[in-house]
Amino acid sequence: MGKKKPDFISTTNACKLCRPLGACLAFKGMEGTVPYLHGSQGCATYMRRYIISHYNEPIDIASSSLSEKHAVYGGGPNLKLGLTNVAEKYRPQMIGIATTCLTETIGDDVAMYLQEYRRDTEGSVGLPDLVHVATPSYAGSHMEGFHGAVCAVIRQRTEGGPCTGTVNLLPGFVSSADYRHLQEIMDGFALDRIMLPDLSETMDGPALREYRKIPAGGTPLARIRAMGRSRATIEFGRTMADGSGGAILAEKFGIDNHRLGLPMGIRESDRFFHLLAELSGRPVPAVFRGERGRLVDAYVDGHKYLFGKRAIIYGEEDLVVGLCAFLAETGVRPVLCASGGTSGRLAASIAAVTGDLLPEQPQVHEGMDFFEISELAQELAPDLIVGHSKGYPLARKLGIPLIRVGFPIHDRVGGQRILHLGYRGTQQLFDTIANALIAKKQADSPVGYAYM
Amino acid sequence: MEAIALPDRQNHIHRKGEQPFAIRCNADSLAGAVSQRACVFCGSRVVLYPIADALHLVHGPIGCAVYTWDIRGALSSGPALHRLSFSTDLQEMDVIFGGEKKLRRALLELIDRHGPRAAFVYSTCIVGIIGDDLDAVCRRVEEETGIPVIPVKSEGFKGNKRAGYQAACDAMARLIGTGATGDISRFSLNILGDFNLAGEIWMIRDYYREMGLEVVANITGDGRVDAIRRAHGAALNVVQCSGSTMQLADMMEERYSIPSLRVSYFGIEDMSEALYDIARFFMNKYPDDPEARAIMERTRELVRREVEGLLPKLEKYRQALSGKKAAIYVGGSFKAFSLVKAFRLVDMEVVLVGSQTGTAEDYAELAAITDPGTIIVDDANPLELTSFLKEKGVDVFVGGVKERPIAYKLGIGFCDHNHERKEALAGFAGMLNFAREVYSSVMSPVWRFVPGRADAASL
Repeated sequence: MGKKKPDFISTTNACKLCRPLGACLAFKGMEGTVPYLHGSQGCATYMRRYIISHYNEPIDIASSSLSEKHAVYGGGPNLKLGLTNVAEKYRPQMIGIATTCLTETIGDDVAMYLQEYRRDTEGSVGLPDLVHVATPSYAGSHMEGFHGAVCAVIRQRTEGGPCTGTVNLLPGFVSSADYRHLQEIMDGFALDRIMLPDLSETMDGPALREYRKIPAGGTPLARIRAMGRSRATIEFGRTMADGSGGAILAEKFGIDNHRLGLPMGIRESDRFFHLLAELSGRPVPAVFRGERGRLVDAYVDGHKYLFGKRAIIYGEEDLVVGLCAFLAETGVRPVLCASGGTSGRLAASIAAVTGDLLPEQPQVHEGMDFFEISELAQELAPDLIVGHSKGYPLARKLGIPLIRVGFPIHDRVGGQRILHLGYRGTQQLFDTIANALIAKKQADSPVGYAYM
Repeated sequence: MEAIALPDRQNHIHRKGEQPFAIRCNADSLAGAVSQRACVFCGSRVVLYPIADALHLVHGPIGCAVYTWDIRGALSSGPALHRLSFSTDLQEMDVIFGGEKKLRRALLELIDRHGPRAAFVYSTCIVGIIGDDLDAVCRRVEEETGIPVIPVKSEGFKGNKRAGYQAACDAMARLIGTGATGDISRFSLNILGDFNLAGEIWMIRDYYREMGLEVVANITGDGRVDAIRRAHGAALNVVQCSGSTMQLADMMEERYSIPSLRVSYFGIEDMSEALYDIARFFMNKYPDDPEARAIMERTRELVRREVEGLLPKLEKYRQALSGKKAAIYVGGSFKAFSLVKAFRLVDMEVVLVGSQTGTAEDYAELAAITDPGTIIVDDANPLELTSFLKEKGVDVFVGGVKERPIAYKLGIGFCDHNHERKEALAGFAGMLNFAREVYSSVMSPVWRFVPGRADAASL
């Protein structure tokens, strides 16, 4: 640590996305929900393109399609028209409305517009639920947008009542494969869980006989309402702000909130599994104990390939923390950890999960872009880079492997199916990293061994 | 049965033969319709993007810059500044107190770092609202750095994508006329509206070189600021993608008396016609000049050689694809004309054709060249496209990234003809690539497992 971050005015090749994009993704993980951006048409289209390129799935994001006169006189009428049109064509259960920099700056009062809309349409049949979240793109990144949408839904839709014994799980923004795996884990403990959001099916759907306007899956709205009656909440994200979904549920309904890091690596996964054992009163099921055992075995088998290798890690802050927790266990040395996010908690969170494993803490910088990462990278002599697709130019320049994780994966297929979480996800990352380092050694060797 | 389109969308759809031709278009997208269109900023950004030695600074919050980072397959033979994504990344305080100071400092920093030949500064939605004086900042930085610093008036909400094309043309108009033109040949042209996706403009330039023509400026594929500055010295503007750059050609005709030709480089027919039109233009301009006749001779030879080489190779694809049905939904309608003809060349039937930004004239032309029953649609959306594709039993859909999952979820083949693609589809060789790409999607065995298909295997 201690190295000074280059301090530039301009941003080049940002390592973050804008806030409304995160909100759209979170809404996409709620059943029967159409994300809706209150702004000009381009935002919705750009985000769709960006998201499709990762998931290879349709994602319909509606827009108020504001034009100049709306920017002057207010976007209310177009918002209401848009909601009616979406309701008519998609017949959604819910519309998740996120604002944009345009509508935040012209001062549109979306809550008031929605109140008027509900009043005007009272008694109409089949109208969807409406939730809204403020996502000015000039404050925070897509992660604030993602968590903001989750919080907005919790604040606006959950209801109290007698405890049902369910457990709320707020995983944050992870891959479709991760959401699937988390359900499997919870099922393994026979825990009745409400996972919010759930992008396992909505953004990684099967080929079907009939085209569905809104893909199946996502957290059912009735289950979201019932979150206020759960007995506990588990949320992932060491760098998340204080007013998280779990905190709101605790405050509103007095539900115990357990905040963990993303379960990556053995120790962070152990914390998750131990908590589930405690909450369920059952031992960790054999299938996961088996996975843990094989993971430790794999760490041992591959440790020499990884020990002392220097890694640059970037991406969303909580993902970076999880990756550090995992990599430090394998002997890889994170030398630079960077994020476009600005939680103020990144360095402390990394230290908390790696402190006793690393001889020296890495440089940790928030608010970084790829130009700054590249500036620092050269002299750090890294052996590998771990992050999403946008680090490829750097990996190519340095001639070292890029281990693709997180979002977006725009230069490979199957980004939504990368598994990061639990012993199983860690196992897959470990094998991928070990093999990338072996492949590099093999390719660089003048001999051409087929036996490494 | 539920209507396919919302009531306000119905007059954007024309079914040829069922009623006299009429279509509503070039209008603001309908709220809540989930248009496939982007915005004014997008229009400007795609046109100027390939100018490789210019700085492209997006003034606004981070989204607009980061979603357009390295998204076009526009190649450069030299500098590649266009592939970086520069932003002022406006924050809350900038929005409250104004972003001018940050913009100026960002410009100075980036110009000092990269030494570009010019800088384009793109307005985004928010800049239009907070009232930053872009002109003043650009003027000042221009004085300080000595390079052209040009504001692009591309606030997202100020119209649709076409307004962005206009803003891009206005920006380029400020460069044109500022370079020396003394040594330019009489037999010269500018290439407008080719963006050098997958190296296409290099192919086209090779044709012109073989014909004996000098290319003054690429506007904008593999574009260079200094070349654009002297574009007014060319004898002719050859305009492809007329929606995006025709305004610039019109301006140059008015200001510098440079005539223009509308062409398309897609498909054998249009590619050949483009080269002949240009050769004829110089024959007419210099009727007694032996060089003009020689250009025509060389053009004939070139077209003959290319077509003779190509047709036998296309035969395999034509036989396999004959009778299959195609649907087209693209950004600009110029591409749609060529695609209709290109599909005809491989004996395929076009049953749906639409675009984001076509004009009434464009759609009238499409109606004229397509078969009865063809659906023509303006500014469509996923649900309309899905309905049309199902209704028509389409085998292959041509579009961009946003159209791809629609096709795939319906179990339909897909060909990417958008600006992200990495395959050259222009020129004579491009026609072969196009046929191969359509073939490799339509003929894939994977469709036999897709449940939506009648012939699919099931569990």
